Amino acid sequence: MYRLQLLAARSLIAGALDQFTPLTLTSSLTGVRHKSQGPSVEKYGQMRFSTAEAKVSAGRLDGKMREKSLTMDTLNPQVKAVEYAVRGPIVIKAVEIERCLEEGGTKPFSEVIKANIGDAHAMGQQPITFLRQVVALCTFPELMDSPSFPEDAKWRARRILQGCGGYSLGSYSASQGIEYIRKDIAAFIEQRDGVPSNWENIYLTTGASDGIMTILRLLVSGKDSSRTGVMIPIPQYPLYSAAISEMDAVQVNYYLDEDNCWALDINELYRAYQAAKQHCQPRVICIINPGNPTGQVQSKKCIEEVLHFAYEENLFVMSDEVYQDNVYAPDCQFHSFKKVLYEMGPEYFNSVELASFHSTSKGYTGECGFRGGYMEVINMDPEVKVQLVKLLSVRLCPPLAGQAAMDVIVNPPQPDEPSFKQFHQEKSSVLGALAEKAKLTEQILNAVPGIKCNPVQGAMYAFPRIFIPPKAVEEAKALGMQPDMLYCLRLLEEKGICVVPGSGFGQKDGTYHFRMTILPSTEKLKVLLGKVRDFHISFLKEYSALE
Amino acid sequence: MSENGALPHRGRVLTVDTMNPNVKKVDYAVRGPIVQRALQIEKELKEGVKKPFEEVIKANIGDAHAMGQRPITFFRQVMALCSYPQLLDDNKFPEDAKNRARRILQSCGGNSIGAYTTSQGIDCVRHDVAKYIQRRDGGIPSDPDNIYLTTGASDGIVTILKLLTTGEGRTRTGVMISIPQYPLYSASIAELGAVQVNYYLNEEKCWSLDISELQRSLQAAREHCNPRVLCIINPGNPTGQVQSRQCIEDVIRFAAKENLFLMADEVYQDNVYAEGCEFHSFKKVLFEMGPEYSRKIELVSFHSTSKCYMGECGFRGGYMEVINMDQEVKAQLSKLVSVRLCPPVPGQALMDLVVNCPQPGEPSYQTFMKERTAVLSALAEKAKLTEEILNTVPGISCNPVQGAMYSFPRITLPQRAINEAKAKGQAPDMFYCMKLLEDTGICLVPGSGFGQRDGTYHFRMTILPPTDKLKIMLHKLKEFHQTFTQQFA
Repeated sequence: MYRLQLLAARSLIAGALDQFTPLTLTSSLTGVRHKSQGPSVEKYGQMRFSTAEAKVSAGRLDGKMREKSLTMDTLNPQVKAVEYAVRGPIVIKAVEIERCLEEGGTKPFSEVIKANIGDAHAMGQQPITFLRQVVALCTFPELMDSPSFPEDAKWRARRILQGCGGYSLGSYSASQGIEYIRKDIAAFIEQRDGVPSNWENIYLTTGASDGIMTILRLLVSGKDSSRTGVMIPIPQYPLYSAAISEMDAVQVNYYLDEDNCWALDINELYRAYQAAKQHCQPRVICIINPGNPTGQVQSKKCIEEVLHFAYEENLFVMSDEVYQDNVYAPDCQFHSFKKVLYEMGPEYFNSVELASFHSTSKGYTGECGFRGGYMEVINMDPEVKVQLVKLLSVRLCPPLAGQAAMDVIVNPPQPDEPSFKQFHQEKSSVLGALAEKAKLTEQILNAVPGIKCNPVQGAMYAFPRIFIPPKAVEEAKALGMQPDMLYCLRLLEEKGICVVPGSGFGQKDGTYHFRMTILPSTEKLKVLLGKVRDFHISFLKEYSALE
Repeated sequence: MSENGALPHRGRVLTVDTMNPNVKKVDYAVRGPIVQRALQIEKELKEGVKKPFEEVIKANIGDAHAMGQRPITFFRQVMALCSYPQLLDDNKFPEDAKNRARRILQSCGGNSIGAYTTSQGIDCVRHDVAKYIQRRDGGIPSDPDNIYLTTGASDGIVTILKLLTTGEGRTRTGVMISIPQYPLYSASIAELGAVQVNYYLNEEKCWSLDISELQRSLQAAREHCNPRVLCIINPGNPTGQVQSRQCIEDVIRFAAKENLFLMADEVYQDNVYAEGCEFHSFKKVLFEMGPEYSRKIELVSFHSTSKCYMGECGFRGGYMEVINMDQEVKAQLSKLVSVRLCPPVPGQALMDLVVNCPQPGEPSYQTFMKERTAVLSALAEKAKLTEEILNTVPGISCNPVQGAMYSFPRITLPQRAINEAKAKGQAPDMFYCMKLLEDTGICLVPGSGFGQRDGTYHFRMTILPPTDKLKIMLHKLKEFHQTFTQQFA
């Protein structure tokens, strides 16, 4: 109990407990929380108190208590089940600490380094000039007369605007997206894969997340043992588990092989599939390649095996390929599922239903805020496609600025165009820096005793395994918290480093990890890694002493 | 398509029989079959196919820019500056635009609109929204913590409905919506598997909302579901009415008595044209009714960048203000929106400009006011014009377009036309609108897509085409209606 009080006094656990396990709070622990002095705890307490007060006074006026119509008991239970660690309690805590620092509070560090989310611009990456020029021209077409904008940017902007109603980015587009842009995307895919792509199979989306949710929504049906099962990798990007919870589908885990650089093992797929068939109907398999949070790049052979498996077991394939430009390891190469499917022959290419996803948020552009993305859907039943378009139409259309940004990505400056050189320079510099940081992260982490990190072959994350001493595990359990959550909260509180616990992504029982992005500038990344090392060593020491 | 050429060895995983049944039930008429046919006809015209008209006039959707309305210069200047901050050195941009852009960028991660924002939306934008609401509502306080930016208003509406949908069978959440309604509501209810509970607006009384009808509808619904939420659209879509203060008060009292969650869709709050009509926000009326109500009633109100005088639909900007929501539920709401990361940042920036527009004394003020007034007075004129011309047609009767952007006239259809439609398995007003499209190129949405009293027929048309085009359209419509009536007499 002493240590609990200690942690509570550090205001470490309050926010996390509120989020995670309100039911497991013991009264003594609640007492500790209220006595503690952390700014967050105080604020939370006040908020609750004033809510209670308002209820009481309202009751007095009315003579009876009016219950809220929407409470935790009457909330959609599927919403309750949703978890999204990338923006979970640890991030809420980080924002609180930042605020505290701004207000002059003292901490053992001067800034919070956020390595929790793949948000490149927030970490200082500069936008690609050409992309922003085109978007600015589309936004304010009066700039077409300005000599400071290059002709190739103007040409693209004019073309995008011609695809917009009233020549304005302020009109709605077709729900599938602007037709010109869909054609540009199809041409891009065709060039990337050397495989035909039909523009009518392309749907612009509000970031890739929107497309993934939409396809899952189509697929979820049935009750009990016929309820749709969705196969996802573990560790996974928690959008998948969150969407599955929200739609009340059945999550079917297949485990990536950490000892084999997070490779996908086809036997494990069979195991997971067979086990799931006992209680649900697995209908869809999701793949993230390059991997998030695990950073692996799948081999062509592995993709072939997955596709063969999907073909044999009649599964719909969803391939999340938003990191397709983020491949760093010299012996790795990105292979699109579409291309591999084609190369497997018409028997496969004409039958396996595949949706693949891309976005403006990652790659070398990192334009997360525009919420641009697309999906290519092949072999979808034509009647279902009609339903898909109908479903999309309810939300009217994806944001047009995001569509425009997507267009620039699939239709970048060509060697004979005026912006080519600068574009190319900016692109290589971003990707070169990421490759360097991927290497650096792996190396420094692997030098820490008790941390083991697979190579970051691609994407934007390292997902190292961390050894957590049994005493720390015990303590976390007593707090009703995952051990790696305890670890990450302390890392945040003591060093100002914000990373996401592995439990938010899923991991094999008894193993612990965290996800960190490789996005901070090289200099800052070195500081971050140094702090992680110091923290880890002192954490091990502290808890070993308790043994 | 080659992919459909070969006979597949394996069955499809996803077919209409195996797909999510709730998705199948979704209907969204504003972009339904009539619009798809309109697009086809446009293509045919381009390919040189002869038609009895030269162009398709689309009056099916509230898409102002597509109908030629110009963007507000100031908004677009700021947006360009945010997109390409190098322009901050360009002396062609006014200082007030630059200040706004700098302020927005400073609150973005890495000073870039390419960064994710917090899921609830940029802090300073939420503060500006709260200040705007406070100003609009005569000083009634608004808390930035209660403001959530959204991807258009639709996103917010679906999110709140999602929180509220629960239970099975008789305890399943019922959602009360007006009939006629904007079909986003019926579509979301279908998608979520909630129960749609209709209350009918009173067409004879200019589509006003009648409390006894609310009571009737609620009572009837309680037999088979658990009605928990009441949705109001004010000014009305598709019906164009503006609710009186008294009516809003009555609705709030009703919600209090029946323990209903209130959702007020106020995206047309600047679109009020009729003399004697005024926009009253639900929030303001609620707080003026005293703490007995203002401390209890759970209310969410919605606004957007897509309508009013700006018409910036493509940016997908919007916000909702959430009042009296249970603290724990609010935490759940924040969690739920975090899965989608954040609303598009350009849309957030635009929302900021709408609530923080140029003020007297700022260099852009005059141009801004001129543009704003021009748009709103043109709309007012077109609202009047539409009502007047339609009411001269025998067999068409149209309530005044007091606000919003639509007219929803009632049409009398000859019995033979009704029979023919039914034989084709079509709603009679769908049959009418299809024929109108084929004969004249005018694209409207049949009333059946919004809901209407049995045996009555309507269509929704926007008042957005430019005045001269609107006149042509209304006259073509008049002629068509007369011919149609004769043809099926």
